[in-house]
Amino acid sequence: MEFDKELDARGLNCPLPILRCKKGLAEIENGQVLKVMTTDPGAIKDFQAFCKQTGHELLSMEQSESETVFHIRKRAA
Amino acid sequence: MAKKLALIASKGTLDWAYPPFILASTAAALDYEVQIFFTFYGLTLLKKDVSDLKVSPLGNPGMPMPVPMPNLVQMIPGMESMATMMMKQKIADKGVASIEDLRAACLESGVKLIACQMTVDLFDFKPEDFIEGIEFGGAATFFEFAGESDVNLFI
Repeated sequence: MEFDKELDARGLNCPLPILRCKKGLAEIENGQVLKVMTTDPGAIKDFQAFCKQTGHELLSMEQSESETVFHIRKRAA
Repeated sequence: MAKKLALIASKGTLDWAYPPFILASTAAALDYEVQIFFTFYGLTLLKKDVSDLKVSPLGNPGMPMPVPMPNLVQMIPGMESMATMMMKQKIADKGVASIEDLRAACLESGVKLIACQMTVDLFDFKPEDFIEGIEFGGAATFFEFAGESDVNLFI
């Protein structure tokens, strides 16, 4: 999947992946896509909850054995 | 309008330093407006240097220990430092943020940190003991924000 910015949050634990993601989203334009790589098992639920509450769009979530990769589209405004 | 979170942080140990800063920084990331009111031992969390926060296993039967340890052993001098060292090592190993980092994240995201003026006076703390960017206030100051908050927690 295409993205505009990549964020490596592997090895970080709650709430750091969310805090970094928030920062990453602040650095891209509305409508652009942020890719976030995580290893925190709690991130799966947390990123869904984050997107639901903030209005950013969770485009995809790919789980492999030890990592989960998220693609998030920054909300329009 | 943004949701609001009001926290009271009343404890000053390493373990209890986490909940207020984790919740506040996360709420800020979720676009909440956040205030933390630091009172009594919680004031310790506003000191410039928080590297000496400690955790004590003494009188805390819920704390996971590598080997069972009676209170009588835990009260031996040096045990608290050892427990703190082990906790800090675990925190680093598991990629958990430091208190310094979480506090910085709070400040950066606009979380308002308020020191309880009464307990500052009670403990003879000086304004210069604390980090920059905090405010001082009393119970009424807390309620001004807490009264219109969506979530209020005492920690």
